[in-house]
Order: sequence, then C-alpha cells, then structure tokens
Amino acid sequence: MRALARRWNLRPALGVTALILALVPWMLSNDFYYEIAILALFNAMIAVGLNLLMGYAGQISLAHGAFAGLGGYIAAILTGRYGLAPLFSIAVSLGIMALLAYGLARPILRLRGHYLAMATLGVGIIVSIILNNEEELTGGTDGMSVESFSLFGHTFTESWEWYLLAALHLLVLLWLAQNLIESPLGRILRSLHDSERAPASVGVNVARYKSLVFVISVVVAALAGSLYAFFSGFISPQEAGFNRSIELVVMVVLGGMGRLYGAVIGAVILTLLPQLLTSFEDYQTLIYGAIIIGVMIFMPKGIVSLFDRWRRRG
Amino acid sequence: MTELFAFLLTGLTVGFVYALVGMGFTVIYNASGIINFAQGEFVMAGGMIMVFLLAGGIPYLPAYLLAIGLTALLGVLLWKLTDLSRDSSQESLIILTLGYAIFLRGAAEVVFDKELHTLPPLLGEGHLTILGATLSYQALLVMAASVLIVAGLWFFFRRTRTGKAMIAVSLDPDAARLMGISLKKIWVLSFSLAAAIASVGGILLTPITSTNYEVGIMLGLKGFAAAITGGLSNPFGAVAGGLILGIMEALVAGYLSSEYKDAVAFVIMLLILFFRPGGLFSHRGVQRV
Amino acid sequence: MLEIRNLTKRFGGLTAVDDISFRVAKGHIHAVIGPNGAGKTTLVNTISGVYRSDGGSVWLDGADITDTPTDQLVYRGICRTFQNLEICGGMTVLENVMLGFDRYLSKGLWPTLLRSRRLLEDERRYTERAMHLLGLIGIRDYAHQEARNLSYGILKKLEIVRALATGPELLLLDEPVAGLNPRETAEVAELIRTIVADEVTVILIEHDMRMVMDLSDRITVMHFGKKLAEGTPEEIRNDPEVIEAYLGGRR
Repeated sequence: MRALARRWNLRPALGVTALILALVPWMLSNDFYYEIAILALFNAMIAVGLNLLMGYAGQISLAHGAFAGLGGYIAAILTGRYGLAPLFSIAVSLGIMALLAYGLARPILRLRGHYLAMATLGVGIIVSIILNNEEELTGGTDGMSVESFSLFGHTFTESWEWYLLAALHLLVLLWLAQNLIESPLGRILRSLHDSERAPASVGVNVARYKSLVFVISVVVAALAGSLYAFFSGFISPQEAGFNRSIELVVMVVLGGMGRLYGAVIGAVILTLLPQLLTSFEDYQTLIYGAIIIGVMIFMPKGIVSLFDRWRRRG
Repeated sequence: MTELFAFLLTGLTVGFVYALVGMGFTVIYNASGIINFAQGEFVMAGGMIMVFLLAGGIPYLPAYLLAIGLTALLGVLLWKLTDLSRDSSQESLIILTLGYAIFLRGAAEVVFDKELHTLPPLLGEGHLTILGATLSYQALLVMAASVLIVAGLWFFFRRTRTGKAMIAVSLDPDAARLMGISLKKIWVLSFSLAAAIASVGGILLTPITSTNYEVGIMLGLKGFAAAITGGLSNPFGAVAGGLILGIMEALVAGYLSSEYKDAVAFVIMLLILFFRPGGLFSHRGVQRV
Repeated sequence: MLEIRNLTKRFGGLTAVDDISFRVAKGHIHAVIGPNGAGKTTLVNTISGVYRSDGGSVWLDGADITDTPTDQLVYRGICRTFQNLEICGGMTVLENVMLGFDRYLSKGLWPTLLRSRRLLEDERRYTERAMHLLGLIGIRDYAHQEARNLSYGILKKLEIVRALATGPELLLLDEPVAGLNPRETAEVAELIRTIVADEVTVILIEHDMRMVMDLSDRITVMHFGKKLAEGTPEEIRNDPEVIEAYLGGRR
C-alpha cells in the first residue's frame, strides 16, 4: 500500500481523534461549552467534505454555507410543516441536495479558478436570498424554529447525547473520507487538482468525477447542516449566508488544503475563535480578517504544515 | 411609460456605480491576475471616510479629495500585503482578498461606527423631470461623474504611455517586462486606481442610498457580477455589464418583485458564466477545456 | 490499423491541419515530422479528441473514431503523451503511474468507501506492476518522490510509462525527446523500440531527425498543415521537396 501512503499515515490519526473526542466531555463543564463543542464537530464535518472538493480535487466552492443551510431548512420544513420523522426528513433533504448538486455540477465545474469561485458564490447568494424571502416556508429573515430530534422514539434532549451523535458522525465521516482518499478514486480526485489533461489521457472521465466529489461534499454539508438545525432548534438565513460560506472555506484553508485532519483542526479553531474574542466584541471582525490575512501570507499551506516542519526536524 | 422611464433612470444610476466597481475589478485583474474581493470595501471606505471628514469639519472639496486619496492609499496597502504572500495559487489569492474585505469591514466598525450615515447631496436636493420621471441632481451627478471616469480611463488606456503599459502587461506580462515595463509599478498603480474609482462611486452614491460599514459586500459582489457579465478582460465591458445589471434589477424590482431584485445580478452572472464564460462581448470561450 | 482520412482542423482563418491522410500499419512506428508550426501537435490533438475536427475522419480497425473524447479513446486502446508535460506534480511518480492503470481499477463508490478486499488486492497487484515498469526504464528509485521535484528528463519518461500503463495498442507520442540530452534521448529511443517489440503501434511526432530516421518504419512529412510527402526513411531522406522544405524552414 505504499502507493497510497501520503506524507502521514492517516490510520493512527483516526484513533487519536477518537481518543480526544472521548476525553473532551470531561472539559465541558456546562451546556454552553457542549454547545460550542457540538458546533465545532458539525463544522468539522462540513469542512472535511469541502476539503475533498477544494483541497483534494482543487475545485473551490463559495456556496457550501448555502448548501449546509438549505439542507437544514429542507429537513426542518419537512419535519415542522409536513410532520415527517426527523430521520426521514434528513434522508429526503440529502436526496434533494444530491440532485441539486448533481444538476449544478456540470455547468459549474466546467469553470475554473475565479470563474468557478464566482459561479458558486452566485449560487450561494441566490439560495440565501430565496431563504430570506420565502417567509411562508422559511420564516424569512427571522428564521424558524425546528422540532426536536427523535430517533426510534427517543428524543435527543441532553447535550451529551448530541455530542455523542456528532462525534460518531465525524468519526465515521473521517474513516470514509480516509478510505476515499487512499483509493484509486481518491487518486483521480487528487490528479484533477494538478492537471485535468493527465487523467483524461489515461481514460478518466473528468467531468464525471468532478460531479461525484461535488455531490459528496454537498451531501456531507447538508447532513451536518440538518443535524445542526435539529440540535439548535432554530435555523436562520445566516446559516446559509455568504459569510458562512467564507467561514467554511477559511476553515479548510486555515487547517491545510488537501490535508484530511487539517480541515478538522481549522474547523475547531475557527469555531472557538469567536468565543475567545467575545471580550473584544467590537474588534471581532477586524481580528478575524487579520487572522485570515496573516495565515494566507505566512502560512499558506495551513496549520498542519507546521506539524510537517516539526516532524521533518525530529 | 413614465413608470418604465423612471425605472430605467433608477437602474442607470445604480448601474453606473456597479460599473465603477466592476471596472476596478477588471483593472486589477488585468494587471495582476488577482480578483480583489475587497473592491466593494473600497466603495464603503470612500463613503465612510467622506462622512467622517465632513463631520470633522473639513470643507467639502478637500474632504472629497482626501477621501479618494486615502482610499487609493488603502489600495496600495492591500497591494503591499498581497506582494508579501508567498503562495500565489488562485484559491489562496481569493481567500486572501476575502480576508481584506473582512478586515476592512472590521476596521470600519472600529474606526467609524456601525450606524447608517448619509451625506448632503452635492448640488442640493433638487431634481429634474424628464418625461414625467424625476431624476435627482445627485443621481445625475453619479451618471455624469461615471461617464467622465469611463472617458478618462479610456483616454488613459489608449493614449497614455502608462495606460498602454498596463494593457501590455495584461496581454503578456513576460513580454512586457522584457520591454522594460516595471510590473511592480503597474500592480501598485492598478490597486490604487481601482480603489480610487470605487471610492468616487461610494462618495457619490452615499447621498442616495446611505452607507454603513457593511454596504461594500453587496456592492462588491454586484460589481463583480458586472465585470463577469461584460467580460473580465475588458474594463469597458464592465461598464456595459454594470448598466445592464442595474437596469434589469430596477425593472425586476419595479414590475416583478422587489424582494428578489438582489438576485437579478447573480442570475444574469450565472447565465453568462454557463453560456458565455468570456462575457457578453467575447467571441470565444474562456477557461474551458 | 489506424487510418486518417482527409483530416482538417481550422483555427479562425488558419488551417493548422489541412486535408491530411495516411495509414498506420500494425506494429509499425509511424513518424510525423515537419518544421515548427507545421501542425504536428494539432494533428495529434485532433486525432486524440482534444480538438474537434473540421473535416475528414479517423478510423481504427475499420471503426469510425473521429472526435472521440481522449478518455474514451483509452478504452479503445489509444493513449497519448503530451509535448508539454501533463504530470500531476503533487503526486508521487508511482502514483502517476498508478493513475495510468486507472481503467483496470475499481472506482465504485461503495467498494471505495468500505475498502473492499478486492480493491486492496488489485491496488497491491498493480503497484507491483507499476514498480516493475518503473524499473524497466530505470526510474524506480524516484517512485516515492513527488513529481514536481524531479527533472524534466525523468518526467518525460514517466509520461511514457503512464501511457504504457493503460495497456495501449496504439501510442501517440508527441515529441517524447524534446528538451532531453543525447543520453536521455537514446534511452527513450530504446524504450520505444521495446514498446514496439511488445506489438504496440506507435505514432511518433518528433523533431529529432536522427532518431526518427533510425526508428521509423514510415514517415509522413507535414508542411504548413499539409502533407508534403510520405515514405520510408530512405525515400524521405532523398525527397527533394522535403529537403527544400527543411532548408527553407531553417533559412
């Protein structure tokens, strides 16, 4: 399996992550801390999916906030308005989002670089405008409340239950993503990043695999978005806004593009950051912007690249 | 008829501002290959600086010039930062300039405030009546100034040495450098020029729509849509793009739905990207394999 | 095996490939030569589906394959290399070769996500084959290095190996020795001989006259998009028109 081994062997990392996730609850002394931890886990899920698209396959998306939010809205509306069981409405929501992503993939992924960034941004903004304006369904700018989440007759109310659910989701996702990356399919995705002609010349239908990874990343975003909507009991258009999409992209880049656990680290840091900055309330946006600029200038390969440097030395 | 005409005038006024922002995008893009997502923040900066200079008791004209100059300086500052960036992949640059936008928004919040501000119209509150539709002096001023700026840029790019050098750089940076053109100078110039143009738009638009620290987001994105619609490689395409978007937006707001007016620019942009990625005026596809 | 009939490709007013016809016999090395700008690379790009043709047709063993996309051609046994390298710089040499085996490997989503045994088994088998191929041309030592850090010569060879991995019956080599030093050129020539010995047919687009004359069974000469001459190396060497075109081209 040497061909598939990347700079880091990913297998132990999954175990370490599981261990950390098991230990964290001892640090979560109240519900508020739990809430932040759970949010970080859901963000990490979206970032891992987005990283498959951006970091590995090299296709930027400035719409993943919108996809996550829309997925959440669909699940929430199906449960709240049409009385579907939460599990079922999430499944339907993911199906709809997969179809939407598949339909968008061909025209959008023909574009590259700035054009791709702009097209995805346009899609994201249109989604958020729709969510803001369809008040009948979505509650408009004020958002809407979401029914509580129940599974096989059991209603999730305790924070630790949600933490467990989110952590399991993240671990399974990491395992699947790892398998994906270390496979012939993953090799195709990584080749797209460098040159589309190379894979095409050996028989790869490039458009098909771009669509596939796009659909996967959108479905993951929608799943995390739906679960988060049920967890927080409330969803607003901000969850699907432009800034949210940027935030997700920054998570991936901050952690390290094309590095599986980079996305997780980026998501955790960026989720904690606003909490750490609450005492600088007025300066929050300023500091956030400065961090993005600083990382892009001084650490363009992300935080994980620091570990590489340390490891090479050691 | 009067109604239609009124919508057209509104559309043109806003369209010209989109055009100014869009031109800024293309000026920087052609000189450096960078899409500056902080372009809208230049518009915001122009308006906000003007507001606070006037509030600080500085007379109109010096304040006006100072606001433009400070914004241009901001452009230079952003260029300096971009120059520091070691990784120049497109994704990184996109995110870097998004970082600028967020930083500038945050800075405006801190340096100024979060309130909504407006400016007194330069030529007073009066208005013209054309075919029954009213057009405020300020809107007229926006259009006139935009036309002047477009004409000035046209002259600059076609007739002056520096302007021609900028065009040369956009066509073939390596050849341009061999011909003795300093790329750094061109880049600095493009950032400051784009910032200055945008700030004029911001200052002139403030009396009509008011301004606050967040106003740059939508203006920037719509300016970008204008640039894409007209074709990224052509500053004057962005003018046409801006006017088209402005007018379509006004028509949709007037006749169909004011809620969805903000989506118009992006729907048009997506259609252009899907079917004519080189812009409305291109003959060949761009960025496709 | 391959037949080109009146193939034409225009760019605006320029006809880069103008009514070109020739046949390539199975097991042959068929070279296409011509001065810079003669339209050789455009010809390859049109045959291999990178460009859409503006006239004429391409036939493979009696089947019309005109304008078949590059990736589908691989499944018909045709693979190409590029004049300007198309190597995935962020992947290792071995991974680049493994990419060449792509058509033989399962990319099903479920086997991938669940790491099926067959997938792993295939992966190991083909990794061995990739290493073997790399060994044959002497770049095995670089197998685990990232391609972007390696020299041009190694990458040129790597591209041929990657193409070979697809198991082609017909290989289109677009200037495989451009930019290589004499020693590397000789190695690549040797490699092409081995390839043909394995019953692979080769269309060789090349500038290097000596190599073409040494290797080829048949040569087509292009000039300003048109076919100027065709024949054995001996015939081409003595063709007055060809000599004129080449001398004219150098003036």
